Amino acid sequence: MNTGKPAMAISVENIVKRYGDFTAVDGITFHVDDGEIFGLLGPNGAGKSTLIRMMTTLTPATSGRAVVGGHDVAREPDAVRRTIGVIPQALTSDIDLTLEENLSIYAKLYEVPKAERERNINDLLEAVDLTKWRGAQTKTLSGGMRRRLEIARGLVHNPRIFFLDEPTTGLDPVSRVAVWEMLNHLKNTRNLTILLTTHYMDEADRLCDRIAIVDHGKLVALDSPMALKASVPGTNVVEAQFAQESAEWPARLKQLSGVTSVESQSAGMYRLLTSNGSLTTTQLVEMAVSSGNTLKSLSVQNTTLDDVFVHFTGRQLRDEQVKALGFVMPPRPGMQP
Amino acid sequence: MTRMMAIVEREMRKFFRSPTLMMVSMALPLVQLVILGNAFGGKIVGAQVGVVDYDHGSQALKVHEAFNAVAANIRTFTTTEYEDEQKAREDVRTGKLDAAVIIPRQYSRRVLAGDSPQIGLVVDNTDLTTSGGIEAEMQSLVDALNAPAIQPKVVQQIALEIVELYPYVEYMKYLLSGSIALAMYVAVMIGGGMLYIDDKARGVHEGYLVTPITKLELVLGLNLAGTVKAVMSGISLTMIGSLLAGLGSIFHPATDLLLLLLIVSTSIAFNGMMFLMMVRVEDPLVPRAIFGVLNTLLFFPSGAISPVKGFPSWLRAIAVVDPFTYAVHGFKAILLKDGGFDAIWMDLLFLFGFGIATLLIATPLFKRSL
Repeated sequence: MNTGKPAMAISVENIVKRYGDFTAVDGITFHVDDGEIFGLLGPNGAGKSTLIRMMTTLTPATSGRAVVGGHDVAREPDAVRRTIGVIPQALTSDIDLTLEENLSIYAKLYEVPKAERERNINDLLEAVDLTKWRGAQTKTLSGGMRRRLEIARGLVHNPRIFFLDEPTTGLDPVSRVAVWEMLNHLKNTRNLTILLTTHYMDEADRLCDRIAIVDHGKLVALDSPMALKASVPGTNVVEAQFAQESAEWPARLKQLSGVTSVESQSAGMYRLLTSNGSLTTTQLVEMAVSSGNTLKSLSVQNTTLDDVFVHFTGRQLRDEQVKALGFVMPPRPGMQP
Repeated sequence: MTRMMAIVEREMRKFFRSPTLMMVSMALPLVQLVILGNAFGGKIVGAQVGVVDYDHGSQALKVHEAFNAVAANIRTFTTTEYEDEQKAREDVRTGKLDAAVIIPRQYSRRVLAGDSPQIGLVVDNTDLTTSGGIEAEMQSLVDALNAPAIQPKVVQQIALEIVELYPYVEYMKYLLSGSIALAMYVAVMIGGGMLYIDDKARGVHEGYLVTPITKLELVLGLNLAGTVKAVMSGISLTMIGSLLAGLGSIFHPATDLLLLLLIVSTSIAFNGMMFLMMVRVEDPLVPRAIFGVLNTLLFFPSGAISPVKGFPSWLRAIAVVDPFTYAVHGFKAILLKDGGFDAIWMDLLFLFGFGIATLLIATPLFKRSL
């Protein structure tokens, strides 16, 4: 019986992963519908990669359950593996092999029949716009091209569900946009369900139908980007910088009509959430003139996922990134692609 | 099978795209073969011996003539005349001389009278090879001086008749067996162990683990590829090394077949051993750190450099469980002695058994998840 609801591609129920005393993933539950692009958004160390590893059979869960493509991950790992394509965070294609060889070897690992293998490789190289480099060694490709090759590699056996762990980390802005467009194209042409992790707000906003915000191993919010942004009080963000700072300014700004929160930043910069951006800007200009202060800069923008993250976690994602990077060991030469 | 062969294909393609890897795996054993093969086993030539002659008689003159004959022919040592015994001893102590010969007063008279004549030899025994060479040469020289001027018609002393089964074996030939085994060990460590851990660290294995490949297919694929690489290295070193050492046995097809059996069994044994050691290792520095230690621990007790029979009991115990020992014994039996299958079947049995046993232990230890 067709209930009118889309079929479920992924179902995660109260899943937990503990490493000794440390809980990396703490009772997360969510569902992903067929044909959806679902994003796991969170800072480094939030538990996104652990979550994706549990769903892709790489790491056993401590408790809870994950069903992927209708198969229980713990009980039917092989059936899950045949249903999914996975692109890990690191670039793992063999740099000494050609693009075609990289794809061919993975197609053989999935036992794709020869005729289908060749057809898939041709189609995928075309889809990721790498056909003319098919015979080139992977070491000659740029980072963005390698990521595209890895996307093709993950799809070489025609999976239904595609997992990507931070697919654009380390790429330049142009390559990132190219990867986004490619993922959208592949999703539409191949009827894929995509689950990706990211710590880029714009990526999640642009690509995902729904986003789950993960922080410290817990799910703190889950909805469409639009709904998440709408859930934040205030519809506009106004950033104003004054020439002179004063201790009374935050209190005065908070009294402006429509302003729901004021965040004081450095060098006389204030970030205001407001339900009426145009009215608040007019009031700010009037305030500055009447108090003899000078407005050095003024900008108005809609609520972003940054604001959503701050709203739900109380911190800015970019601060978390900087903090996390402070603890990252430098890559050992030759060990990082 | 397709999935296992995909792993082998990937490994072999990578291997052939990096010819340096092959070169490096053969460089150490070849250099060792050439350098050690020429450095050891040669005769001592040009040692400096001081002669202090207090006698100056006719018999002392015979000694001088014998020394001159040595200097002109076999050239083990050349002599320098000294007036003072103390000065000669001091020069031996300070390294200016390798030895000093003292011909005492009354030496000629004592020789002619048959009254316990003696010649003194002061040697620098910190260098056992040089002192041993000089002592041996001096002993044969003294034996010649002791020989009667007229040989008796009936020899009453017991004579030992030595029959050497094989032509003179230069040290390079002796060393070749160890060098072949070493080349396979290096190929297994670099082409197998190090690449395996590097791939793990780079996340390549994570890519494999999300495919439906089974644990057994993955383990067998990695080991088969490692074995093929070691076999290629072994064959190359056997051919190059035999030509360098001047061994013609590689030109006999029956010998080649036995050598191939030994190379394959050694590769399986080394590969199984390496896989067992690396199966749970995550840090890429580990195989690099243990490379040298393992080399010393396995190569030197194997009898590749000197015979196992000369080792203390604890070192012999290592040799008994060391696959190098059986590989080296097998290669020597074929390359130096042309011993045939009978001479190596025990080695083959141990090497195949060792390889299979280590692989059987390693497979359950291999983790199918991260």
